[in-house]
Amino acid sequence: MSAVGPGGAEGIDLSLDADQQAVAELFDGFFANECPVSVVRGAEPLGFDRALWDALGALGAPGMGSPEDQGGGGASLADLLVVAEAVGRAIAPVPLVDHLVATRLFPDEELISGELVGGVALQPAAADGTWRLVPTGAVADVVVGVDGDQVVAVRSEAPGSGPRNHADQPLADRSARAGERTVLGPATRFDEALDEWRTLTAAALVGIAERSLQMGVAYATERHQFGVPIGSFQAVQHLLADLPGLIDGARLLAHRAAWAATLPVDQRVVDVDDNEFTDPTVLASMAFLFAGEAAAAATDRSLHVHGGYGYAEEYDIQLYFRRARGWRLVAGPPAAERARLADLLLGPASTPSPAPAGAAR
Amino acid sequence: MNFSLTPEAQAYRATVRRIIAEAVTPEAIDRMHSTGTFDVPELTQALAREGLLERAVPGRGGGDPIELWLLFSELEKAGAPYDGISVALMVAGVINAVGTEEQKERIIPTITSGQALVCMGYSEPDSGSDVAAATTRAVRDGDEWVIDGAKMWTTMAHEATWLILLTRTNTEVAKHRGLTMFILPMDTPGITVAPVHTMGTERTNATWYDGVRVGDDAVLGDVDGGWRTMTVALAFERGVMGGTNAGVPLLRHFRAWADEVGLLDDPTVRDHIARTAIDNQVAALLTMRAAWIAATGGLPGLEGSMVKVFATEAYQRAARAFQEAAGPEGLLQFHEPGAAADGFVDYDARHSPVTTIYGGTSEINRNNIAERHLGLPKARS
Repeated sequence: MSAVGPGGAEGIDLSLDADQQAVAELFDGFFANECPVSVVRGAEPLGFDRALWDALGALGAPGMGSPEDQGGGGASLADLLVVAEAVGRAIAPVPLVDHLVATRLFPDEELISGELVGGVALQPAAADGTWRLVPTGAVADVVVGVDGDQVVAVRSEAPGSGPRNHADQPLADRSARAGERTVLGPATRFDEALDEWRTLTAAALVGIAERSLQMGVAYATERHQFGVPIGSFQAVQHLLADLPGLIDGARLLAHRAAWAATLPVDQRVVDVDDNEFTDPTVLASMAFLFAGEAAAAATDRSLHVHGGYGYAEEYDIQLYFRRARGWRLVAGPPAAERARLADLLLGPASTPSPAPAGAAR
Repeated sequence: MNFSLTPEAQAYRATVRRIIAEAVTPEAIDRMHSTGTFDVPELTQALAREGLLERAVPGRGGGDPIELWLLFSELEKAGAPYDGISVALMVAGVINAVGTEEQKERIIPTITSGQALVCMGYSEPDSGSDVAAATTRAVRDGDEWVIDGAKMWTTMAHEATWLILLTRTNTEVAKHRGLTMFILPMDTPGITVAPVHTMGTERTNATWYDGVRVGDDAVLGDVDGGWRTMTVALAFERGVMGGTNAGVPLLRHFRAWADEVGLLDDPTVRDHIARTAIDNQVAALLTMRAAWIAATGGLPGLEGSMVKVFATEAYQRAARAFQEAAGPEGLLQFHEPGAAADGFVDYDARHSPVTTIYGGTSEINRNNIAERHLGLPKARS
């Protein structure tokens, strides 16, 4: 795997490098063979297929983002984006994105090998130590997240089930305190992991959007009404024609975020007035938000183009539609993420804090 | 992927920024908005003096697409005029690609020296998106051509030295095959220019051609080969030479004003700013991609369509959101006390509607994407 050199002198190159292209082909081929949509359906409602996870383990996928000297694959974040996109295209019922993020922060041997499943708690633990609705909570053996002012990894028994939900994801509450607990450092250490989660999830959403567009185009080409393919009607064409720009834009943002993460800290720029951003935290937020919009739009429109069949459980677009929402909303309302982005861009809002009780009037 | 500019490209961008900072003064911008003529001669001449125009002509000074992209991005971000420069450089590139040696020597230096602007006679009163339906006639008469007809939206015709004119020379063949492009001086007898004023204050023109006589030296490309000349021109333009960064100065102006009047803490305003910042960055990345494709030998026609549709519609969303957020102050125009962002909020709300129309409507671009990128069946006969 080649890392993109910081401030590389070779100039702009928006192609995947040869290794990344090989990785994309490998994973797309793997999911085409091992994860046809029947596997996705078979894994519902839990949203986890153990056999598929084990097959990914045999490929070395669970540890590919961890350092080589710890038995990992040494892949860069940019390389992992390619894998995350393939997961999204296949809507594979494996928590690979969350596992990769957890394992990069907590390079435990059994996580790297994939014997254990890792996950991340996207919100800090509540006062009672509960991590609410962890995206992989029903199946993760180790959850990494914030508890108080620390980031901790907690190994405990996965419940194996959770609340039924929109996207058939393995959501469940977990405890930040019950189990084998490893303190990884101050809570701020988790910020970079969350940036990586947003960036990789953006890529997974790009994969969902791209495959959904392909499904819409295929259906509009084969479905005939009034004696012609419905894809020859401009009203249908134009619904789909907006999507490639959104998808490509989201992919470029995610890759820019991964590239920015390789820059020296003193080269990180946030300049709203000049539209110049090389800060990985800002770009990860932008990529996550925009990819979420792209995936929502692509699944909305593709489902609509499918007509009544798109609404039928038997057709696959509904699987993509639900995951486009679920994979995104586990992190919180998009408006809250935009508010966070605005704070990063503009500085925090200077609303006066309420006067402390008993303060002089 | 690597998003880094080479040191050479960074130096080029720094030069462009310096020239803009020196030539595009607040007074020059104010003059543009009050006269409706979006041209700053000092800027064009300064770019020419530093050799940047010559260097930007495709096929002549290298015409490096990365540099073209940087040049137009910087102009647009600064709120400097770029349409005149864009048309002139594009035409210089077309002349270089399909013109005769004599035309290259006679015309290109007047453009690259910053002395001459070019206006475009493509659209007509009855043909816009269907540009190949042009009916302005050019008829052979001895050694000469006689041109009669009318054109719309000939922006800068009242300032330009040259006119690039799409005409019909053959009515016996399919519409795309009977077109011929001419390039002629604007002071050729028989040309009439009348102003067309717009909602966005820009002045454009309608032009009439009444027995305009030119020689063969005015034919650009082949007789009846005008469509190919058009195609060459469009390939230079799409997605790189401006029109995709209008949201940047809008956001800059609005943000500064919102800060000044205490609106910057409003959660709705912050939400609009976050959305616009994302859209601006996406537009910049899609534009960068079009430039990179061109720089690596490709023709980014479809990618240009994608960024054109996205960037102009995002600009309209932002212009509307910011005007609504500003309330009545968002209605006030330049120089009016209390005007939101010194009048730019009103200006962008009035200007933005044209951006999804000119340079290829959103619908034409969506047709291209649907049929040539997505491979959907053709919609029209």
